Amino acid sequence: MPTQKDDVYGDHISHKFNDELMELKTEFLKMGGMVEAQVENAIQALVDGDGHLAEQIRAKDKQVDKMEMDLDEEATLIIARRQPTARDLRLVISVIKMVADLERVGDEAKKIAKLAIKLSEEGQAPRGYVEVRHIGTHVLGMLHDSLDAFARLDSEQALRIMKEDKRVDEEYQAAARTLLTFMMEDTRNISRCMSVMWVLRALERVGDHACNIAENVIFMVKGEDVRHTPVEEAERVVGR
Amino acid sequence: MNTLNTTVTSEAEMPEENVVPVQEEKPAETVIEEGKTVGRPFSDDAKFKLRNVEVFYGQDRAIKNISLDIARNEVIAFIGPSGCGKSTFLRCLNRMNDSIDICRVKGSLHLDDQDIYDPKRDVVELRARVGMVFQKPNPFPKSIYDNVAYGPRIHGLANRKSDLDDIVENSLRKAGLWEEVKDRLDATATGMSGGQQQRLCIARAIAVSPEVVLMDEPCSALDPIATAKVEELIAELSESYTIVIVTHSMQQAARVSHRTAYFHLGHLVEVNETNKVFTSPEHELTESYITGRFG
Repeated sequence: MPTQKDDVYGDHISHKFNDELMELKTEFLKMGGMVEAQVENAIQALVDGDGHLAEQIRAKDKQVDKMEMDLDEEATLIIARRQPTARDLRLVISVIKMVADLERVGDEAKKIAKLAIKLSEEGQAPRGYVEVRHIGTHVLGMLHDSLDAFARLDSEQALRIMKEDKRVDEEYQAAARTLLTFMMEDTRNISRCMSVMWVLRALERVGDHACNIAENVIFMVKGEDVRHTPVEEAERVVGR
Repeated sequence: MNTLNTTVTSEAEMPEENVVPVQEEKPAETVIEEGKTVGRPFSDDAKFKLRNVEVFYGQDRAIKNISLDIARNEVIAFIGPSGCGKSTFLRCLNRMNDSIDICRVKGSLHLDDQDIYDPKRDVVELRARVGMVFQKPNPFPKSIYDNVAYGPRIHGLANRKSDLDDIVENSLRKAGLWEEVKDRLDATATGMSGGQQQRLCIARAIAVSPEVVLMDEPCSALDPIATAKVEELIAELSESYTIVIVTHSMQQAARVSHRTAYFHLGHLVEVNETNKVFTSPEHELTESYITGRFG
């Protein structure tokens, strides 16, 4: 497998082709940064009961959607104009797939913002926010690291994210049990706890999307598809 | 890495940041090792078995120790920058290089376990088995019919006129040309369009029932429609023939071939399934070439 360098997309004979691939990469990272901020703000809006911030997140989701369509168009044009092969092809294909993941993460942030508004209007004592904060920090870290792994073409970091995903699932299960206990204690908690449960569910999905991005990074770097394979298989691919 | 360091400083005294590799290693894949081809150069069902092939033009070594199997009924594409030796190597397969005085071929080249370069070998018979289509269509200045009938006639493949008619029709049908020319078989071949002329040359090549068809950039003088027709033809022919195609169009190699061989400065750098070569090649040089990083 050929080695990957930082300027790996910048050494074609055609400078225009270099520019197009670089632009695709940069715009993807820009979208990633935007989506990351959306999730971070959504958690903040929820725990602070900040309805105004939550409204901002809902408005900004339109920008995320627009970026998804722009990136898809750019990738389509590169395929039509350049017929990319090998690592260039893997970059373009991966970006098309990862953009969909980012857009979904944006949707999860919007969902959390919506629940934040609902919960702040109900205005009761917070239940399960410790768990939200905890899982939120965890998946935000994963999302950040997956974008970082993409930027640096770091398949080892991507592998670490794949392993993290299992821990998020466990944390989600534990948090769900805690919320269930609150609901059993007092039935008046049920509606509120269910809302928090949806928030946790959304965060758990963010972790899944970060994991998808990580899998795509491994494909970009190593040329092997590690989706739907055991982590041990991904380890073997990355270790090559 | 410490063991490689020749300075007298002991390990304990050496600060951590000084522990660096003595020399920066290049990734192994960027280096060409003579005679070493990455990927899958060999086959269990070889039509051609080629070992340690070297070709010299006078003092110049144009092909450097190449070993390769070409499998029965496969389409294999040879790609590489100009002057990499792909055409020279192709021309070894039916001894087309014999016509060049200063050209010498070394190594072992076998077609179905028979030595291609055996001095007693009948070259005409070899070329009937291993046909060739060239870059520029080169029909004889004769009628369409006579172009196709030429080979069968000199090889005595048809005893009667009706047999010859059948061969001509079948060959033209296989070449996808019959419907276009059946009403003007007596017309001169040089009056046809470029794409038609090239398909006529393919019909002429397959009229003598070869086992292998060598194609040296068969579409480089054709427009996209004619190219598509020739590629369609290659796919159909591959059911009964072994096809070796030299092409400058990477997309063409990706479309028509089962395996792709990448040549570089007389070396055979990589041979792999075409799907693999164009999605994740093993060798850095293959990657650089197919992604347009050098020409």
